[in-house]
Amino acid sequence: MNKEKDVLLKMRGIDKKFPGVVALSKVDFTLRSGEIHALMGENGAGKSTLIKVLTGVEELDGGEIRLSGIDSPIINKSPQDAQAYGISTVYQELNLCPNLSVAENIFIGREPKRAGRIDWKTINKKSKEILEKFQIYIDETKPLENYSVAIQQMIAIARAVDISSKVLILDEPTSSLDEQEVDKLFEVMRQLKQQGLGIIFVTHYLEQVYRISDRITVLRNGLLVGEYETSKLPSVQLVAKMMGKELDDLSTLNKDTLQEHMEDREELLEANNLGRLGRIKPFNLCIHKGEVIGISGLLGSGRSELSRVIYGADKPDTGELIWKGKRLTVNAPIDAMKAGMAYLPESRIDEGIISDLSVRENIMIAFQAKRGLFHLLSKKEQEEYTDRYIDLLQIKTSDREVPIKQLSGGNQQKVILARWLLMNPEFMILDEPTRGIDVGTKTEIQKLVLQLAEKGKSIMFISSEIEEMLRVCSRMVILRDTAKVGELEGSELTQNNIMRAIAGGGKHDEG
Amino acid sequence: MMKVKQVLKRVTKHSLFFPLTCLAIVLIINLIKTPTFFRISLNNGVLYGYMMDILNRSSELIILAVGMTLVVAGSGGTDISVGAVSSVAGAVTIFALVGSMSSDTYRMPYGLAVLLGVLAGMVCGAFNGFLVAKLRIQPMVATLILFTAGRGIAQVITQGFILYVRKEQFKYLGNFIPGVPIPTPIFIATIVVVITVLILKKTALGLYIQAVGINSKAARLVGLNSTLFTFLVYTFSGLCAGIAGMIITSRVYSIDANNAGLNIELDAILAVAIGGNSLSGGKFSIAGSIIGAITIQALTTSLYAMKVTADQLPVYKAIVVIIIVMIQSTELKRMVKSLHHKFLCSRERRWAK
Ligand SMILES: Nc1ncnc2c1ncn2[C@@H]1O[C@H](COP(=O)(O)OP(=O)(O)OP(=O)(O)O)[C@@H](O)[C@H]1O
Ligand SMILES: [Mg+2]
Repeated sequence: MNKEKDVLLKMRGIDKKFPGVVALSKVDFTLRSGEIHALMGENGAGKSTLIKVLTGVEELDGGEIRLSGIDSPIINKSPQDAQAYGISTVYQELNLCPNLSVAENIFIGREPKRAGRIDWKTINKKSKEILEKFQIYIDETKPLENYSVAIQQMIAIARAVDISSKVLILDEPTSSLDEQEVDKLFEVMRQLKQQGLGIIFVTHYLEQVYRISDRITVLRNGLLVGEYETSKLPSVQLVAKMMGKELDDLSTLNKDTLQEHMEDREELLEANNLGRLGRIKPFNLCIHKGEVIGISGLLGSGRSELSRVIYGADKPDTGELIWKGKRLTVNAPIDAMKAGMAYLPESRIDEGIISDLSVRENIMIAFQAKRGLFHLLSKKEQEEYTDRYIDLLQIKTSDREVPIKQLSGGNQQKVILARWLLMNPEFMILDEPTRGIDVGTKTEIQKLVLQLAEKGKSIMFISSEIEEMLRVCSRMVILRDTAKVGELEGSELTQNNIMRAIAGGGKHDEG
Repeated sequence: MMKVKQVLKRVTKHSLFFPLTCLAIVLIINLIKTPTFFRISLNNGVLYGYMMDILNRSSELIILAVGMTLVVAGSGGTDISVGAVSSVAGAVTIFALVGSMSSDTYRMPYGLAVLLGVLAGMVCGAFNGFLVAKLRIQPMVATLILFTAGRGIAQVITQGFILYVRKEQFKYLGNFIPGVPIPTPIFIATIVVVITVLILKKTALGLYIQAVGINSKAARLVGLNSTLFTFLVYTFSGLCAGIAGMIITSRVYSIDANNAGLNIELDAILAVAIGGNSLSGGKFSIAGSIIGAITIQALTTSLYAMKVTADQLPVYKAIVVIIIVMIQSTELKRMVKSLHHKFLCSRERRWAK
């Protein structure tokens, strides 16, 4: 095999500094034609930054980038430049326009024209075709914001796949996808690979890396650890290379003690016929103290919607909520917060981070909102709290006063988690809490959830990763087509049972 | 050497660097043109001089800019009705004092009339706030209503006349209080600024407003009432416009509904922009806006001093606005950088040959 000839893209000695952080230092990266190359590393290792300097979102401080077929080093000043070279990207933070239609989003910046006018007919027709490749059947003329994060992610991928001609870059594209969607994506990736494209794939899911990638490049703290062939690097070693140490044993997670005596636990929350038209059909649900309850279902089955009506993020239009034996009226999230609830939303960018505010302010905001306008925490208290949580969750930031938008995706997620942990709530809704969080920290968070439950706190856990839910949940609610169809408990909680139940036809249907 | 560079970098990165530089440039040009520019003298028991004049004249702009800063921060929009609203406030106060005829006697206590005027401004602000926060109308469109209708309302109140208050006491607010050498507007502006800053510093209001302005969905989920805070910032802007209206009318001891506070909303928005505040909302700096307001007034005063007539003034201001906007544009910075880069590359290539 002529190795040099296969090389599509070569990055050498890449340096990138941000004020107070060295994001990349002398990093090399090589992408060959017809390969899927996983880029791995802990949160804040520099993966997204490497991609951003490649595609011109950020300017590089040093080093050079070469593309096959072009003699001199290339410099991309903007993502458009990169596109012109045949590089297309799905960024970690989706940069779609929520109020434009799905079709417009797919064709934005390259609208086909007829007689000088945008040819809507073609746009809509082609969009439909492009989406059908991923078996997504939605109304492409509706605004994008009508669809869930997962669908939006698929749309972004579909768009990038459609443009790409040489290199396709996917920065955590599967972070909110279910297994079915991941399968679809991998199918398409394999096809593109056959056509000779090079694909850069960033993810924190080890299992996906081993399923799809040919090669792995590992970064740690902005430094290159090495490049490996996937088949020759066992996952234990991969993790060790990413973290610089061995991963704690997962078996320390022990939810079994929790499950005992569940029956005689006090009830904390009860939903009677709670629902919202078009979002989630009326459901009954009871949550005990010290319980971790999982919500499981396919994409669009109403997982997030169920949790949202409980917290009042969406106001329910039927039913009632009983909190500690008394009826609780939630007109706005603040009512739920005052009662002792917390809610970590699914969409970090849209509903989680307050981008220009500092890490400190982002951590303190919910606590401060609950305390009220006139009870401003002193700067010193705020700093103490902030530092404690930066430490606890190992948030990687050069200072507590940097705007949260400058943190890496995973670290932003940790900040939002810190925001709610700080409240010491009795009931926590965690919608995809470990999205974009690296392997090591993920286990830490799962441990934390179980610790909280041990202390008598209740947690509602939503994740598209069934394995993760199995690890922490003691009971699972099954949803199908925006309706609750059953519950699984104890020994019934197996991967198979859950899969069968969410797909339909399980024996636990309530009817 | 390294240290000097670092210090320089820190100074230029400071959020007030840009507004202070603007102000400094305007002042230095003035100093060159008019060597007596900084001279302040005591005449008839009051302070005179260009600087005093600038500070005095910028008072109402500072007050409006404070309100505008919070509107911009909390809603990512601007309140273009403040000029018209200050005219309404002035009309209400003067009508309350003298009725629909110029006069030298008051119909009601002066304090009460001022209170009514300021209150009228607040009501106008609350109306804007209702449109933006509750009905979710675009801020520009929502405040356009009072921008056009406001002066009409003021006309209705004054019944189309220019009403004069021929009483010495009425001039105090916009000029001097006997025995005090400093113009009263400066005191009023100072009080407004101090109270606002105190409230922002001592309560969580500043944090809330920023959070709502940056991401209202996230703000709602952490328990903030986004609607309420949006409503409040517009009401506050109306209050500020009311206070400014009091100064404007007192300066000329009359209300001319068509011309009181004309075009001042544009200066207020510009002051916020020069202050280094992003017009798309979020993080804000009151100090920046104040410096911005003083800069604009200094510019106006110096242009007048250079014999530029009132009709030509907007042209010169426009030029300054273009320059400022260009300096702040990140796109332009990128372009300059990329040019620089190209230059370096070509030089390297030449070396290589
Ligand atoms: N615009 C920015 N300004 C300042 N610092 C930044 C900026 N973008 C990234 N950084 C810093 O650079 C480092 C690398 O960030 P990057 O986003 O590349 O991490 P990552 O490997 O993609 O992590 P994750 O898995 O969490 O997405 C982090 O320490 C981050 O705080
Ligand atoms: Mg990243």
